[in-house]
Amino acid sequence: MSSNVITIQGLEVQEKPWVDTLHEWVTTVDHKRLGILYIVYALVFLLFGGIEAIVIRIQLMHSHNNFVSPQVFNRMFTMHGTTMIFFVAMPILFGFANYLVPLMIGARDMAFPRLNAFSFWLSALGGFLLYFSVVGANGLYGAGDAPDVGWWAYAPLTARAFSPGHSTDYWTLALLVSGFGSIGTAINIIATVLCLRCPGMKLSRMPLLVWLNLVMAGMVLIAITPLSAAQIMLLIDRYLGGHFFDAQAGGSAVLWMHFFWIFGHPEVYVLIIPCFAFMSEIIPVFSRKPIFGYPVMVAATVCIGFVSLSVWAHHMFTVGMNSYANSFFTITTMAVGVPTGIKIFNWIGTMWGGRIQFRTPMLFCIGFLFQFLIAGLTGIMMAAAPFDWQLSLSYFVVAHFHYVIVGGILFALFAAFYYWYPKITGRMLSERLGKWHFWLFLIGFHLTFDVMHIPGLLGMPRRIYTYEPGRGWDTLNLIVSIGAFIQAIAILVFVWNLISSYFNGAKAGNDPWDAWTLEWSTSSPPPAYNFATVPVVASRRPLWDLKHPEDPDNLYE
Amino acid sequence: MSAAATSVVEIPQAWTLLYRGKVAMACLIIAESAIFTIFLVAYLFYLGKSLTGPTPREVLETPIFFTICLLSSSITVHFAGKSLERNNRPAFLALWSLTIILGGLFLFGTGREWHRLIYEHGLTISTNLFGTTYYSLVGLHAFHVSAGLIMLTVVLICGLAGRVHDDQARRVDVLALYWHFVDAVWVVVFTVVYIVGR
Amino acid sequence: MFALSSVLLPPRSLAEPSHSLTSIFSPESTPAKSIFDLSIFVLSITGIIFVVVFTLLVYSIFKFRANYANADREPAQVYGSNQIEMAWTIIPILIVVVLFLATARVIHAIQDAPEPAGAVQVTAIGHQYWWEFRYPKLGIVTANELHVPVSDPSHPTPTFLRLLSADTDHSFWIPELAGKTDLIPNHPNRMWMDPYHTGIFLGQCAQYCGTQHAKMLLRVSVDSPQDFAAWVRGQQQLAVQDPSVMTGRQVFEHTACINCHTVSGTPADGRFGPDLTHLMSRTTIAAGAAENTPENLRLWIQNPDGIKPGSLMPAMKLSDADVDAVVNYMKTLR
Repeated sequence: MSSNVITIQGLEVQEKPWVDTLHEWVTTVDHKRLGILYIVYALVFLLFGGIEAIVIRIQLMHSHNNFVSPQVFNRMFTMHGTTMIFFVAMPILFGFANYLVPLMIGARDMAFPRLNAFSFWLSALGGFLLYFSVVGANGLYGAGDAPDVGWWAYAPLTARAFSPGHSTDYWTLALLVSGFGSIGTAINIIATVLCLRCPGMKLSRMPLLVWLNLVMAGMVLIAITPLSAAQIMLLIDRYLGGHFFDAQAGGSAVLWMHFFWIFGHPEVYVLIIPCFAFMSEIIPVFSRKPIFGYPVMVAATVCIGFVSLSVWAHHMFTVGMNSYANSFFTITTMAVGVPTGIKIFNWIGTMWGGRIQFRTPMLFCIGFLFQFLIAGLTGIMMAAAPFDWQLSLSYFVVAHFHYVIVGGILFALFAAFYYWYPKITGRMLSERLGKWHFWLFLIGFHLTFDVMHIPGLLGMPRRIYTYEPGRGWDTLNLIVSIGAFIQAIAILVFVWNLISSYFNGAKAGNDPWDAWTLEWSTSSPPPAYNFATVPVVASRRPLWDLKHPEDPDNLYE
Repeated sequence: MSAAATSVVEIPQAWTLLYRGKVAMACLIIAESAIFTIFLVAYLFYLGKSLTGPTPREVLETPIFFTICLLSSSITVHFAGKSLERNNRPAFLALWSLTIILGGLFLFGTGREWHRLIYEHGLTISTNLFGTTYYSLVGLHAFHVSAGLIMLTVVLICGLAGRVHDDQARRVDVLALYWHFVDAVWVVVFTVVYIVGR
Repeated sequence: MFALSSVLLPPRSLAEPSHSLTSIFSPESTPAKSIFDLSIFVLSITGIIFVVVFTLLVYSIFKFRANYANADREPAQVYGSNQIEMAWTIIPILIVVVLFLATARVIHAIQDAPEPAGAVQVTAIGHQYWWEFRYPKLGIVTANELHVPVSDPSHPTPTFLRLLSADTDHSFWIPELAGKTDLIPNHPNRMWMDPYHTGIFLGQCAQYCGTQHAKMLLRVSVDSPQDFAAWVRGQQQLAVQDPSVMTGRQVFEHTACINCHTVSGTPADGRFGPDLTHLMSRTTIAAGAAENTPENLRLWIQNPDGIKPGSLMPAMKLSDADVDAVVNYMKTLR
C-alpha cells in the first residue's frame, strides 16, 4: 500500500488528497489492490445477502406469519441466493486468488493486469445491476421489481407470460455481465500460473493453493459459460420471440434445467475448491507439518474437477428422467464423494503426529473439517435418487447446502481472513475477538443448520413464504431463526475485528505464523512490486528450506 | 527479506514457460467452445420437434462456396503469420487483407441466406423451434466472425501504418488462433445444420 | 433422542382416519416404504463413516495439540504414505459400489413398476396455484382433494397418476405416500401409490411455481373400497339443481365466473379454475388455504387476496346481495 504522504525535498509534508487515493484505487491494475477491492465488494454484498436471510428467517419464525407479503418473500429468497453465490462467494474467492496467486508463485503481478481490472469492474457492474432492479424494474401492473423467480430461474416461470416486467431481465443481465468478468479472471489465473512462475517452481512445486485455483479457473471456463449460453437463450425467448423454453411451441422446460445445472453443479465445486486450497495451506502451518500426500491432493482435486462435470442431474431427480438416467447420476454423484473424502483424510493425516496450535485460523479449519464431513454425508444421502425423491426441494436440501456454504466455505474464508489479514494489512487481527467470533458463530451455525434438517424430514418444502401449523414445523423454525440472529451478531464481531485491528492490531512483520510459502518472504503488506528480486525455489516449501537448511524439503519430495 | 528465498538453491538453466497470449487465447477458446456446445445441443435436441413451419430440409441450401471462403481464410491467415515471422511485410499485408475479404464474403453469404429465409420462406427466429435454434446458432457464429473481422481490420490498419513487424508475430499469431477457432466452429456448425440436420 | 424420535415418528391410529403429519419416516405406501428402507441403510452407512472420521478428528485434536513439552520442536515432517492413500481410496470405492447397487434396485422397483389391471388412473394437472384431478375412466373431474382407494396387498388396487402442467413447474409431494414427482408442461410424468391404511394424508406443491406456491396444498383421502365407490358415484353425478338458489345461480352464470369454472350440467364450462360441481364434497377451498365454510367462501369470492394474496382468481366485486346469493348457490353443490 503506498503512503498517503507526499514529500517534496525542502518543502512541507502534505497528506495526499483523498481524491488522489480514490483515483489510484479506481484505476489500479495491481493484483493486490484488485484482490482487496473484490473482497471488500463481497463483504458489502454479504451484508445485503445477510439482511435478506434475516428477513426470511423472521417471516418463517411462526406459521402463518405476515412480516412480509409473499411477493416480497419470494424476492428475498431469490435475491439472497443470487447475491450470495454470485456477488459474495465468487468475488471473495477471486479476491483471495488475485491477491495470493502471484505472491505464491514469486511473480510481480497477474499475467494481464488490465484484464484483471476490467474483470473486476464487470463483476461489480453485475452486482449493481442486480440491485438496481429493486428500484428500476417496474413493469406491467408494477409486477416488476427485484427478481422473484428463484436463483435458478426455472422455465417457464421466467417466460414473459409468467414474469412480466423486467425483474427477470435484471437477473439475467446481471449474471451475464458478471459471468464474463469471471471468465476474464479465470483466463488470467490460468495464464499467470502457467506462464509466470518464478525459476525453479515446477508445477510439482507449486503451493496447493495455486494448484487448486488453477483447477478452479479451468472449471470456471467450462461451467460459467453454459449459464451464459442459457441466459442468452432466455433473452431470445423473452425479447425476440424465441421458443427455447416455450412449452406451447414444443420447447422444453427440462432443457433449461439441464443447462442450468450443467453450470450449477460445477459452480459449487468452483466455490469449494479454493476453500480446500485455504485448508491445504493453513492446516499444515498450524500442525507444523507439511500437507500429507501432496500429489494425491492434486490428483484428487483434478479428479473432482472432471467428475463434477458429470453429476449435474442429481438436482433433477424429481423431474421424471428414466431409471437409467437416475441410476447414472446416482453413481457419478456418489463417486465424486471418493476424492473429496480422500482430501478430508489427508487433512486429518496432516494434523496427525503434528503439534497443533489452536489459533483462530486453525479453529475455523477444524470447524470446516467437521462440518464439511457432515455436509458431504448428507450429500451422499441425497445422491441415492429414491431418498432424494423425499429430500429434494425440502428444507433438508437447504440445510445441506448451507452446511457446505456456511459451514464449509464461510468457515474456510474466516480461516483465510485471520491467516492472511496480517499479510495484507501488516496488522494482526485480535485473537480475543477472533475467538468470540468463532464460538458465537459456531453456536449460531449449528443451532440453525443442524435443526434445519428436521423440518425437511418432516415434509417442509423450500421457497414457501409461510407454512401450516400442526405439521410439527413451528418450534423447529423458531430455533433456526434464533440461530440466524446469533450468527448475525458473530458477523458483526468479525467486522468490528476487521476494522479495529486495522488501526490497533499488533504489527505483524513478514511472517507472523512461521509459515513456508513465498508470500511470507516479503513485507506485510508487500510492496507494489512484490519481491525486490525474483525468488528462485527448489522445493514446495522454500521458506522451510531457508529456516532448516540442514533438512531441506527437496530431499524428501 | 525478499531475496532470502534464493540462497542455497541451484539456478535452473533455462526457465522459459509458455507464452501468456497463447495460453489466454486457448482458455478463451475453451470457454467459447462450451457456449457453442450448449447452442449445438439445443439445436440437435430440437431437431424434428417443431410443431409448425418450415423444416430444415424444405428451406436450407448448403452454403458450399461461402464455407470454402471461410475455410480458405484460415489458410491465408496462417501464411500471413508465417510471412510476418520472416518480416515479409508486403506478403503479410496481402495475405491478411485476403483473409479479411474472405471472412467478409462469408458474412455476406450468411446475410444473403438469412434474407432469403426470412423473405422467401418466412422463417424467423420466432417462427418455430427450428427458426429459434438455427438463427441463434448461426447468428452466434456470425457474431464471432464479425468480432474477428473487426480485430483483423485493426491489425491491418496498424500494419498499413507500418507498425507491425516480426517482433509482433507472436501476438498476431494469437489472433490467428482465434480465427482458426472460428473456422473450426463453422466446420462443426455446418456439419450439424446442413448435413446431419437435414 | 427419544424426544427426537417422537417428533419424527408420530404415533398413528390405524383404526380410523386420522389427521396425519408429513414425515418421510412414516411410510404408508410401497414407494414411500421402499424409500424408507433404503434410507435406513444409507443412514446406517453414513452414520458409521461419520463416527469413524469424527473420532479420528477429535482424537488428533487432543492427542497432537501443542503443549509446553513440545513447544520448541517441529514434529516429524511426514510427507505422505502410499499404502494409507490406497486404503482410504479403495474402501470408499467399495462403499460407493454397495450403496449404488442397493439404490439402483429401488430406483427400478419404483420407477419401472408395471401398472396392474385393478389400478385407479388419475391425471393430475398442476395450475398456479391449485390441483386439477381427472379420473378419465370414471368420468370424474375434481380439484385439490384427491380420493383414492386403500390397496390390499393380496389383490392390489394402486393409484397411478399421470402428471401434467398447465403453466409452470409444480411438484406433487405427499411424504407418507411416495417421493415427489414434478409436473412440468410438455413433459408428462408418472407416479403411483398403494396406501396401506385409510386416512387423510397431507402434502403440498414442492417446486416453486410463483407467488402462492406456499399455499398450493394437497389433501389425499384414502378410502375403504365402499367409501371410494360411494365417492365416485357422487362425483359422477351432474350438479345438484336446487331451484331455491336460482338467484345465486343466475348471478354465477351471468358474471365472469363461468369463464373459469365448470359446473357440470350447466352452461358453466370454464377450465382455468377448479371444477365446482361438487365443491361441498371438499373440506377446504383455495387448495387448502382455508376451510370450506360459507364465511370463507364469501371472503374468497369478494377478495381472494385476503386469503391467498397473489392467487389468480380476480376479486369479483359483486354486491353484498349477489355474493350471498352465489354463496348459497355454492352451498348446494354437493
